[in-house]
Amino acid sequence: MGIEQKLGNMGVVTTTLESMVNWSRTSAMWPIAFGLACCAIEMMSAQASNYDMSRFGMELMRPSPRQSDLMIVAGRVSKKMGPVLRRLYDQMPEPKWVIAMGDCASCGGVFNNYAIYQGVDEVVPVDVFVAGCPPRPEALIHGVLTVYEKVKGEKFKDLANA
Amino acid sequence: MSQIEEVSLEKFKHLVSERALTGETMLLNMGPQHPSTHGVLRLLLELDGEIIVNCIPDIGFLHTGIEKNMEAKTYQKAEVMTDRLDYMNTMGNNLAYVMAVEKLVDLDVPVRAQGLRVILTELQRIASHLVWLGTSGLDLAAMSMFLYCFREREQILDIFELVSGQRMMTTYFRPGGVWRDVPVEFEKAVRDFIKIFPRRIDEYESLLTKNPLFIDRMVAIGCLSKDVALQYGVTGPSLRASGVDWDLRKARPYCGYEQYDFNVPTRTEGDTYARYLVRIDELRESLKIVEQALNKLPLGPMRSENRKFVPPPRSEIGVSMESLIHHFKLWTEGFPAPKASIYCAVESPRGELGLMLEGDGGPKPLRVHLRTPSFDNLAVLPQIVKGHLVADLVAILASIDIVLGDIDR
Repeated sequence: MGIEQKLGNMGVVTTTLESMVNWSRTSAMWPIAFGLACCAIEMMSAQASNYDMSRFGMELMRPSPRQSDLMIVAGRVSKKMGPVLRRLYDQMPEPKWVIAMGDCASCGGVFNNYAIYQGVDEVVPVDVFVAGCPPRPEALIHGVLTVYEKVKGEKFKDLANA
Repeated sequence: MSQIEEVSLEKFKHLVSERALTGETMLLNMGPQHPSTHGVLRLLLELDGEIIVNCIPDIGFLHTGIEKNMEAKTYQKAEVMTDRLDYMNTMGNNLAYVMAVEKLVDLDVPVRAQGLRVILTELQRIASHLVWLGTSGLDLAAMSMFLYCFREREQILDIFELVSGQRMMTTYFRPGGVWRDVPVEFEKAVRDFIKIFPRRIDEYESLLTKNPLFIDRMVAIGCLSKDVALQYGVTGPSLRASGVDWDLRKARPYCGYEQYDFNVPTRTEGDTYARYLVRIDELRESLKIVEQALNKLPLGPMRSENRKFVPPPRSEIGVSMESLIHHFKLWTEGFPAPKASIYCAVESPRGELGLMLEGDGGPKPLRVHLRTPSFDNLAVLPQIVKGHLVADLVAILASIDIVLGDIDR
């Protein structure tokens, strides 16, 4: 409706396949429902009524890694959880992105000790780090939008080389 | 990074029945990534068809070393760790910790600070129960509960942000009082909440309490008898739903709880539905306490005047040499605590949260140990799920309200 009115009778949009594919990826990104600790509660808040992440095409959290393309690592990753997290990441189909939500996932946060990975980038490659302990839902939404910016600039040939 | 350990059946054959070894029953792994385990809990299920024969919880996926980290920090700095234990009950954890420190060094707390502590911990209890109600509704396919509960929870979080500047990890209570006095908007924000919330509880109840689908999933599921509950050290609403009238706020009053008029809701059925009803009633009782505490809240200092343990106000530092010295000493060295061992317990939304603190005469604790309610409440899970369907396990797990940060710490 919107686009037809703007274009009048032309009815034709010219674009590149790349930007078309990237646009559709950003409009229906499915995060994996994977909460670890405190940040998971803020992730739930971001999904709930007041913040409502579905405004950005994100209302569907998939419990299965095989159906999702965005992993939000929400919380501290312990030494016992690290291999599990890696396996979940490996099970996700390409292309996939990772957000390290919160200080613990980004750099270990206040827990500089034997039990916690000092940043989840020791386990999986991270695209966006969101700071805060825990980050506000707005901060998480901003992180997601930053991933969208990254997705919009992606080239097919880079994905082929990856 | 180490790999996931492949375990053979030999290793845990003492935990499963004989039939699992012959392949008659099936072993199924539930978690650590599962939407209804409320975190990173792994349950190893032995199934006969869809009936649970055995359930073996595997914890430790969120082990954070919080106790050890606290031992490496001074008494003031260790408090930030307690927020991240049971992240639904941050104010309550702070309360347990500051009360333990106050008991260890024998520090007085002004009446206003006591009142503020009661108001905020009760609001936290409501917020925690709301998350529980929302997520367990979600597990039982009552999706709208989640959206309604989080709407009210945001209002409480706004109050927390008002007083402490943070939504969840508040660290607002400090040894000897609270961090700073509440802003003027605080009273109106709490009054607004008290005004709207009773109607909202009715709304939740109209959606769930008499809903036949909900009753079918909840009644006579996961019955926990009084004796088993006491044997396993279950506390909190799960214990009270089994007919034991035990609430630390009544039994061992702290923070001036004895001056407030409230009931301890109990049930005798001990099933999932009874646990739900107890928590719904607790929402109303907590609101009653908040209202009374707010009406009684006196004016006055919000921190102790004992400068050996409590830093002086910022305004004094510029004009008084003594204040400057106290401030410097407290923030560089901390305060020493005597060589003693104390235990201090509060009623968290999940049960008895206890903290053992051992001083060694220096500014850092020698040993910190936590008795966390979720740990003991989870221990009883294998007993109450036996013979139920896998779908009922989801309802039972939701009803005992565990927080993995609390279990693994």
